[in-house]
Amino acid sequence: MKIVVCIKQVPDTKGGVKFNPDGTLDRAAMLAIMNPDDKAGLEAALKLKDADPENTEVTVLTMGLPKATDVLREAIAMGADKGILVTDRVLGGADTWATSTTIAGALRNIDYDLIITGRQAIDGDTAQVGPQIAEHLGLPVISYAQEIKVEGDKVVVKRQYDDRYHMLEVKTPCLITALSELGTPRYMTVGGIFDACKAEITTWGRADLKDVEDGNLGLNGSPTKIAKASDKVRKGAGEKVTPDTPDEAVAYIVGKLKEKHVI
Amino acid sequence: MKMTPEDIAQYKGVFVFAQQVDNKISGIAFELLGKAKELAAPLSAQVTAVLIGSDVKGLADELASYGADRVIVVDDPELKEYRTEPYAHALSSVINEFKPEIVLVGATAIGRDLGPTVSARVQTGLTADCTVLEIGDFPLVPVPGKENEQLHNQLLMTRPAFGGNTIATIACPYNRPQMATVRPGVMQKIDPIAGAKAEVVDYNPGFTPNNKYVTIKEVVKAVSDIKDIMDAKILVSGGRGVGSPENFKILEDLAAVLGGQVSCSRAVVDSGWKPKELQVGQTGKTVRPNVYFAIGISGAIQHVAGMEESDIIVAINKDEDAPIFDVADYGVVGDLNKIVPALTAAIKEALANK
Repeated sequence: MKIVVCIKQVPDTKGGVKFNPDGTLDRAAMLAIMNPDDKAGLEAALKLKDADPENTEVTVLTMGLPKATDVLREAIAMGADKGILVTDRVLGGADTWATSTTIAGALRNIDYDLIITGRQAIDGDTAQVGPQIAEHLGLPVISYAQEIKVEGDKVVVKRQYDDRYHMLEVKTPCLITALSELGTPRYMTVGGIFDACKAEITTWGRADLKDVEDGNLGLNGSPTKIAKASDKVRKGAGEKVTPDTPDEAVAYIVGKLKEKHVI
Repeated sequence: MKMTPEDIAQYKGVFVFAQQVDNKISGIAFELLGKAKELAAPLSAQVTAVLIGSDVKGLADELASYGADRVIVVDDPELKEYRTEPYAHALSSVINEFKPEIVLVGATAIGRDLGPTVSARVQTGLTADCTVLEIGDFPLVPVPGKENEQLHNQLLMTRPAFGGNTIATIACPYNRPQMATVRPGVMQKIDPIAGAKAEVVDYNPGFTPNNKYVTIKEVVKAVSDIKDIMDAKILVSGGRGVGSPENFKILEDLAAVLGGQVSCSRAVVDSGWKPKELQVGQTGKTVRPNVYFAIGISGAIQHVAGMEESDIIVAINKDEDAPIFDVADYGVVGDLNKIVPALTAAIKEALANK
């Protein structure tokens, strides 16, 4: 089975969010990491490879700046076979439509049975690119996958909804978006890191995208336009007290709840 | 992929995807109708609910009572349980046939699957997880010398990004429809109008299974008697600092005396202490109770994004530098194990003496 996992390099917003003195987000100070849901998707692909190493090939593909090769090498160090970087100045500023159009254009060059993307990236949180890639390629999509099993030319997926889950069966080729519940990503291995350093990363630009019009790429090809962006103005902190005893703390809270007519 | 102004002019009306599950309309549909009514006013447009399912026509009156002027019903046995393909085909066909200028979809587990597929199929933009929607100009301020290029009556969609660290206002000026998914619990539904009727239009584009149809082998419903935390007036929310699943008892006691409910942070769900449906935050639920107690919650930005609209936020945490204190109205630095039981007792007493 040929599996392609689409991954994204994102700034790490979890835990290590850094602010400038003026309260704006200090992006330069934040680490660039492999998006967590994508990493869970990669883990799911590597598990399928573990089960049938002879017949499974895992390719990782990313769109981004040249430095995004870091996440491709990390994926290879975890066990992926090949890495493809899609990078070109004309692709910059893409919204989810233009991004999915670009990635679909790259995927048209590759043979695949299964495409896995993360549910969503922690920088944009849209969860749109995976399903939109499927739509551009005419593939069935199952999003929010919690479990993936391969049975011949079919894939069985546990798909979570608010109050239920569905066990869905779909014929390959298909696209699945992964929830982090799919599995805790494995660590890179020493041999893997060695492979990753040596691995040749395929780099594609605009000219390598198949059946894609210029008018659908990059900032210009994006139907959504940013009217305004700002670092969030948070409501200011209220009072903070450090009482000497629990009773004092209780008296303080009860006083406030009474003042606000909660009790 | 820009459309011509002539094409754009053909698109009229505000449409809402009226999500139903098991032939019961989801609350988000009513919230979207409330918002759609507001958006339709300056546009002098009609509000249309798109009701997709099997044997769902009887739900049209309910949509009318929450503000739908018209209900387009796509009724087909293929649409019994939600699946991406027949639903995407239904909604895309409605969009192509009726040409709405705005389409709102709930940012639910269903809507966040349906929206992207439909937007790609009808070739337009989609803005995810919006928290503010309004009608305005794009660009917001005209470019000097290009005043006549400023577009009016555009849908301006505001959403958080970077885990809630930034907010962006997005427009979709050159394509139609303008599509948004909207977070549940953010928009206000109207008080239902008794006896309201909507124009009901039946529309069936035909459903022929193809490679995109998946087979549902099994549907497993979670049996749960947990009340939705989005409806709670008082939430007593615990984080990793609570220490153990057993220790949530002290939070449950506090919630009980106040007639509230217990909720929690992501760390608690990840540790398996509480079910996902009690999780507040970016990947959980957005809540806006009258009072939100954040107990042993450090206040990661993703958590804050889901509760900062609460009227009153009370935080108890032993770490005086915890970021939760940056959003709390009343912050108490101290040991929750000592404070919470004493607080419960004191509130009980205060209520008894009333």
